[in-house]
Amino acid sequence: MRRRDFLAATGAVAGTLALRADLASATPEQAQEAIRALVGGGTLRKGRVKLDLPPLVENGNAVPLTVTVDSAMSAMDRVRAIHVIAEKNPQPVVAVLRFGPRAGRAAASTRIRLADTQTVVAVAEMADGTFWSGSAEALVTMSACVEGV
Amino acid sequence: MSARCAAVLLAAALPALAGEIPPAQRVSGYEQMSRETRAMQDDAAANPAALWVAEGEALWKLKAGTVERACADCHGESGDSMKGVAARHPVIDSGSGRPRNLEQSINRCRTMRQGAAPLDYESRELLALTAFVASQSRGMPIAVEESERSRPFIEAGREIFELRLGQVDIACAQCHDDYWGRRLAGSVIPQGHPTGYPLYRLEWQGVGSLQRRLRGCMAGVRAQPFDYGSPELVNLELFLMWRARDMAVETPAIRP
Amino acid sequence: MARTLINMPKRARRGEIVEIKAMIAHVMETGYRRTETGAAIPRDILRLFVCTCDGEEVFRAEIHPGIAANPYFAFSALAAGSGTFVFSWTGDNGFAATESVRLEIE
Repeated sequence: MRRRDFLAATGAVAGTLALRADLASATPEQAQEAIRALVGGGTLRKGRVKLDLPPLVENGNAVPLTVTVDSAMSAMDRVRAIHVIAEKNPQPVVAVLRFGPRAGRAAASTRIRLADTQTVVAVAEMADGTFWSGSAEALVTMSACVEGV
Repeated sequence: MSARCAAVLLAAALPALAGEIPPAQRVSGYEQMSRETRAMQDDAAANPAALWVAEGEALWKLKAGTVERACADCHGESGDSMKGVAARHPVIDSGSGRPRNLEQSINRCRTMRQGAAPLDYESRELLALTAFVASQSRGMPIAVEESERSRPFIEAGREIFELRLGQVDIACAQCHDDYWGRRLAGSVIPQGHPTGYPLYRLEWQGVGSLQRRLRGCMAGVRAQPFDYGSPELVNLELFLMWRARDMAVETPAIRP
Repeated sequence: MARTLINMPKRARRGEIVEIKAMIAHVMETGYRRTETGAAIPRDILRLFVCTCDGEEVFRAEIHPGIAANPYFAFSALAAGSGTFVFSWTGDNGFAATESVRLEIE
């Protein structure tokens, strides 16, 4: 086999391996990296954020989630956004929920996918530039995303 | 008879000896779900199956077929006239004398009254129409016909329910009469009452019919599933609804 | 257009907080699933959900594959005055859907 063809063949294999790595679940370290990136130079503290998640999940395809932030939603004390991060999903950032000028309470609910038993973290970005986080753990009996069709 | 012979005969006899669940001990799969999943089923604004019911309502009012007639034109705009219909299905077809499930009743109306083509099982339209019609029976007790003419088909369905199937060689009755409440690969085994069909299954990430679920179970025991709309499946549906008599319709339900 | 369901009151008192539930039918194909023969099923998801009232933003969700199929969001809005709430969803493959609901102040 010529060198060029050999390199192309191994390159193809490496490309496939890279694809497999994408399919693998994220690690808590990658999730922490995502959180560090969004906080940037700001301060991150635990508290003010309550994350409701079922402790035992029958099927990870649709897990009800509610995030509530202790905030008056006044001009001075306001939530800009809530970042929902699932540390073991193939992509840790699940959603970013942003609250506009006509928003009501600092709370929202949705349904997420969980690929494994894991901790879900919600990071609230406040208008004053501070960041607050809360978390909850879920035991997932049937995983989303990584099971076959 | 040797001890080994007796043991083999006893093992073969056990499933036949284990009988049906006493009526008072019947529970819907709803009771075995988590609080959060139950809440999802109960909240019409959050239940994803509501999307199918809403589409069904739109189809109900849509003129269809060669005679350009909507379901609503004969049965009324609101769908109220469908109260109790799903609770009584499968019904005995007066023409053929055989049972007919709700999907077949809808298709019968389409072909005979609307001049429209029948809809396929698991098609978006048939699921939506069936969900809309069946949801009109929500809360009502299941009450299929129990008579001389329905009994042979209920018994035919019972035979299938008690028949060992597939490479795994196991009968529905063994899991759903004998082992309900216990776990199979992390999931709790339900008694298998079809109270909420068509339902949103989290596993499917969508709405599906009872026949889809039955075929899935047959594939699970490595049996060749009966075809959609086959007499075997309709007989089994009739038996399962008879077995769930007096239990409340939950359509559209959610199940894991 | 894809099926949508909006649940919110049509009337409210000035300054009241109204609860809104919005759901849309969408498969939210993650891009991680494979067919029985091993072929990858391409990603097809919603990317954005926005709710505005008379053009002012109430709530928006940046959506990733980790949001469940048939996406559902529940949030609240301040009923500052009568207005038209507009809900819009956009996603892969040019997906777009819009709904609107009128809120009247009593």
